[in-house]
Amino acid sequence: MAMTLAEKILARKALKKEVAPGELVTVAVDHTMTYDLFCPSVVEAFKEMGFKQVWNPNKIAIIFDHLVPAKNAKEVEHFKVSLAFARAQGITKVHQHDGICHQLLFEKGYSRPGDVILGTDSHTVTTGGVGAFATGIGYTEMASIWGTGEIWLKVPETLRFEIEGELAPGVSAKDLILKIIGDIGHAGATYKAMEFGGTLIGRLSVAQRLTIANMSVEAGAKAGLMAPDEKVLEHYRELGITDFPMLRPDPDAAYRSVSRYDASKLVPMVSCSPAVDNVMPLFEVAGEEVRKAFLGSCTNGRLEDIEMAASLVRGKKIHPKVEMIVTPASRTIYQQAIQSGAVAALVEAGAYVTVPACGLCSGINGGVVADGDTIISSNNRNFLGRMGGPTARVILASPASVAVSALAGKVVDPREYL
Amino acid sequence: MDYKGRVWKFGDNIDTDVIFPSQYMLLPTIEEMKVHTFEPLVANFHEKVRPGDMILGGENFGGGSSREQAPSVLKAVGITCIIAKSFARIFYRNAINIGLLAIVCNCYDEVHEGDVLSVDLAWQIIEVEGSELRFGFKSFPPHVTQMVAAGGLIEYINGSGR
Repeated sequence: MAMTLAEKILARKALKKEVAPGELVTVAVDHTMTYDLFCPSVVEAFKEMGFKQVWNPNKIAIIFDHLVPAKNAKEVEHFKVSLAFARAQGITKVHQHDGICHQLLFEKGYSRPGDVILGTDSHTVTTGGVGAFATGIGYTEMASIWGTGEIWLKVPETLRFEIEGELAPGVSAKDLILKIIGDIGHAGATYKAMEFGGTLIGRLSVAQRLTIANMSVEAGAKAGLMAPDEKVLEHYRELGITDFPMLRPDPDAAYRSVSRYDASKLVPMVSCSPAVDNVMPLFEVAGEEVRKAFLGSCTNGRLEDIEMAASLVRGKKIHPKVEMIVTPASRTIYQQAIQSGAVAALVEAGAYVTVPACGLCSGINGGVVADGDTIISSNNRNFLGRMGGPTARVILASPASVAVSALAGKVVDPREYL
Repeated sequence: MDYKGRVWKFGDNIDTDVIFPSQYMLLPTIEEMKVHTFEPLVANFHEKVRPGDMILGGENFGGGSSREQAPSVLKAVGITCIIAKSFARIFYRNAINIGLLAIVCNCYDEVHEGDVLSVDLAWQIIEVEGSELRFGFKSFPPHVTQMVAAGGLIEYINGSGR
């Protein structure tokens, strides 16, 4: 039977020849991820379930990112509980200040093409961009995986997105995924897998593919997948990882729907509070005053995002009314952005750079937005209260749109600044 | 198992930040967290709600983050059952895993806030008190039914002899 990419991965992990949408399968989990905020709750549930030993300490990553740097003793307690558990269980993939969990799953090669990955965060879908079936769960369920190494999943139907053509200068993968979310709505892919293909995907960098996969959950998707190619292979080769299958969807696989896009017609897009599917071309809100600009997150905090912003603000000054915050998605990205001169360009223009972590996106720390103020941001959510006060307005946009709007003090089109 | 309770009606796309805002995520216990349930939408919800009350949502109830605190605070304030046109998948799974019933049912347009519903899990029927209205819903897979009956995933694993 012809299968989609999601079906192929799940069939392989369930040790079955084939699976069909709607089927419940129990699969072996390749890797898990949990972070500082929820790790103590996983540990507690693990103990309540009566487990003594994790099923495999090498398949568990514990990453501190939501609470880094800790701002009070209570937050430090989350680190202590997590570290004590890791030590007792022999878990060594512990990152205390290396960056955002989803970026590290990719960067360190913990998530590989063809893997089934579970994380205690909705944006675990990010590494679908390299062809992993990666999805989010709660902490009770994570405790069960730590104990047993497996999970039951319903095989999702797949929505296929065929994207042809090339992106115009100043237009990016972020604009594309915003457009798609606006089209299908924020429940448009609930319980389904989104699968992205077509000539554009092959042209995109791996970083841009991760941006697309990352936001598939904003349409409710269980996974957002792309077949791995030579660019993906190259990343894992550099890490010395070659033992994974290069799964591809079958050409005659059965999709719930197939949507086609001509990327060359895409313009910069934005999504405005209170919902991520409230998407419109940027020109609809052009001229609107902004008080903050955020460049970072697991969606758009990668090197090319930071370099894109740096290239637009180099030698210019960020508008005096605007506070621009740059948060690299990982320590490695931070180092690379220093070496490339991007950090200097941004800081000289008037931005500041914070430690590589979730930062403002989590709404827990780092420069939250006041009620009534507007922020233009490269992250993924604009729900009420997400990044500060309940009436703060969040405009989600591409790194380029964030950078030029920070210069202008109002929403402007990056194509006018190229 | 049967449930009976008064309905709180919400709209479409009730996300986890609205159910439980992230800035309270570090409070040490669910008891302290629960006073912020639905804070952006309903002031002092935890004082107005009565044990046994139910929630009726539209499409995509519980979208957004994976925070298990969202179903947990609802359970802590006394909600026994959430009925919606559709659920976001992580929220749905989290609710079942903590023993909070989540039912997909198309009764939204005909049920009003304050109505009293009876949910008959075995026969998959929801009835509206004082009216002739009856709505059916799909049964859960067998192991999910067992998990709900056990009171959640922790209790299920403890009872399964693993």
